[in-house]
Amino acid sequence: MTPPDGFDPVFNDVEAETSLPIGSGEFIRPGSLVDEAVPEGGEAFSSGSNLRRMTRVFSENKLAVVSLGIVIFFVLFCFVGPHVYPTNQTDAQAALQNSTQNAPPGNGNPLGTDENGFNILGRLMFGGQASLIVGLASALVATIFGTLYGAISGFFGGWLDSLLMRIVDILLSVPVLFLLIALVTIYHQSEVLLILVIAFVSWLVPARLIRGETLSLRTREYVQAVRVMGGSRGRIINRHIIPNAVGTIVVFATFQVADSILLLAALGFLGLGVPAPNTDWGTMLSNGVQAAGNGYWWQIYPVGICIVLVVIAFNYVGDALRDSLEVRLQQR
Amino acid sequence: MTGYIIRRLGQALIVILGVILFTFILAQLIPGGEAKAVLGPKATPTTIALFNRRNGLDLSIYDQFWHYIEGIFFHFDLGYSYKYNQGVTQVILERLPKTLTLVTASVVLALVIAIPLGILQVVRRNKPIDYAVTSASFFFYAMPDFLVGTLLIIYFSFDLKIFPSSPPTTATAWSVFTDPRAFALPIITLCVTSIASFSRYMRSSMMDAMAEDYIRTARAKGASSNRVLYGHALRNALIPILTLLGLSLPAIVSGALIVENVFNYPGMGLLTVQSAFNDDIPVVLGTTLVITIATVIGSLVADILYAVADPRIRLGNG
Repeated sequence: MTPPDGFDPVFNDVEAETSLPIGSGEFIRPGSLVDEAVPEGGEAFSSGSNLRRMTRVFSENKLAVVSLGIVIFFVLFCFVGPHVYPTNQTDAQAALQNSTQNAPPGNGNPLGTDENGFNILGRLMFGGQASLIVGLASALVATIFGTLYGAISGFFGGWLDSLLMRIVDILLSVPVLFLLIALVTIYHQSEVLLILVIAFVSWLVPARLIRGETLSLRTREYVQAVRVMGGSRGRIINRHIIPNAVGTIVVFATFQVADSILLLAALGFLGLGVPAPNTDWGTMLSNGVQAAGNGYWWQIYPVGICIVLVVIAFNYVGDALRDSLEVRLQQR
Repeated sequence: MTGYIIRRLGQALIVILGVILFTFILAQLIPGGEAKAVLGPKATPTTIALFNRRNGLDLSIYDQFWHYIEGIFFHFDLGYSYKYNQGVTQVILERLPKTLTLVTASVVLALVIAIPLGILQVVRRNKPIDYAVTSASFFFYAMPDFLVGTLLIIYFSFDLKIFPSSPPTTATAWSVFTDPRAFALPIITLCVTSIASFSRYMRSSMMDAMAEDYIRTARAKGASSNRVLYGHALRNALIPILTLLGLSLPAIVSGALIVENVFNYPGMGLLTVQSAFNDDIPVVLGTTLVITIATVIGSLVADILYAVADPRIRLGNG
């Protein structure tokens, strides 16, 4: 990737935005080195045959199919699991009385118990609900807000664009965890606030991506045509620009779910996660780690594996989605 | 190039001013106001009024902002920590060098490991070693820092007893040279994610460089494959890595926050989290501001190095 002349690595000329899908407080995702998929064209939604082709390309990627399976498995595990395998996860009194604390796997507790006597297998389902809900919801909020913000900024351009993008630059330069902790300290935690706070630190990247996309889309003939026919700006953004950027949006949202789950896990690890008596995977891991010296491995590995598997799975699904959208572009 | 650097300095200054405005707004948004946060929920209206009066919180919002900026730029005053009973600046200054040491050491280590790794992958591309490194980097990218740190503590500190699980409390920022063993685990943990992402980027940057015309020219002139690889491709492939470094800094600093908490390393990150638990909002906002300014300066340095390294900017008007 050799930058063009006068390439400005930090601020956002269009060139830098579209060729480097990165400028963020985030690490460069290993897969993101391929340019972002930019589905183009006038029609807002892909026809049936395109959808079929996308599905085919996706399903040819074995790793992605397995990953999708893992995601579905965990959703069932966390939300259906508690009905199949009911355990007490809320009544701390009963847990303390009825079972041994820190019991190793076996004896009716397939994965042992934690420091409060809760069954860990059941707790993985219970904590997983919070991790998945917060991860999905905050990714959704961040993507929607970021998309609208980026589309408005790119479409209107001029001083509004400069102002809106400077705000993004400023917020992106704050290391994300410091920002998260400042927000969590001021607004004490509840699950809903955690969703909003994680969304607040995550909307910046989609805002940039969509702005770049809008800048290139708004000069296309079909957008010009709508303008000539007297279509309103709102109509152009909602009916033409956002639907055509939908590939980028979906791919970003998939990656963002993985990142949001990791951010929540990090907050949980620091003791700032979902407040008791509820829990999330990060909080569970944090409790396990505090007892690491005692050799209670069953309090660390199962939950660690859950986090890593879900995050890798979402990343691979996002990767495969991007590939299948790109093929749609190439074969057009 | 001077033009480029001046423009870049101006941008950094705008970002820093913006972050100051942002932390000021955050302080205004504390539910119940700063007085309530400091004095506790039982404070009477009289004591709150007195507190506001003493701290200039009864002034207009513009005057307050002016005092805030004036305090930061002319007195290095970031507010007062009622938990530590000293100025926030003093509290932070003790911790900042330790975080800077941690971040610098791990960035250097990450580059030293990731660059050769990326080159190796290009030399042996589509061979088992290439796939192995690619899979490993995907795996470590998904691995949360705190999990890496915990596993390292379990194996190297508890089981094998090679490295201590946290640096001694007396360690200063300079101890990294006198007692590197104590710092080994935090530094390794922090650079794992960076190695994963840098080596991927290095591989692709090197591949791009290998596809350029000047490589074919060099080959045609009969340059040895080593000369082509290290003399031509590597030098060009390294330039984008500097950009990546600047862009990754905020993420690395975020990682340092986690690592400091895993290893009980008394830097800015541990201070921030402890202050969050104590509801010591001035310190949390102060550390956020200072660490951001440090990050912005770090990225600025990376960009200036980039300009120095890239002749198209160095020699052009850019």
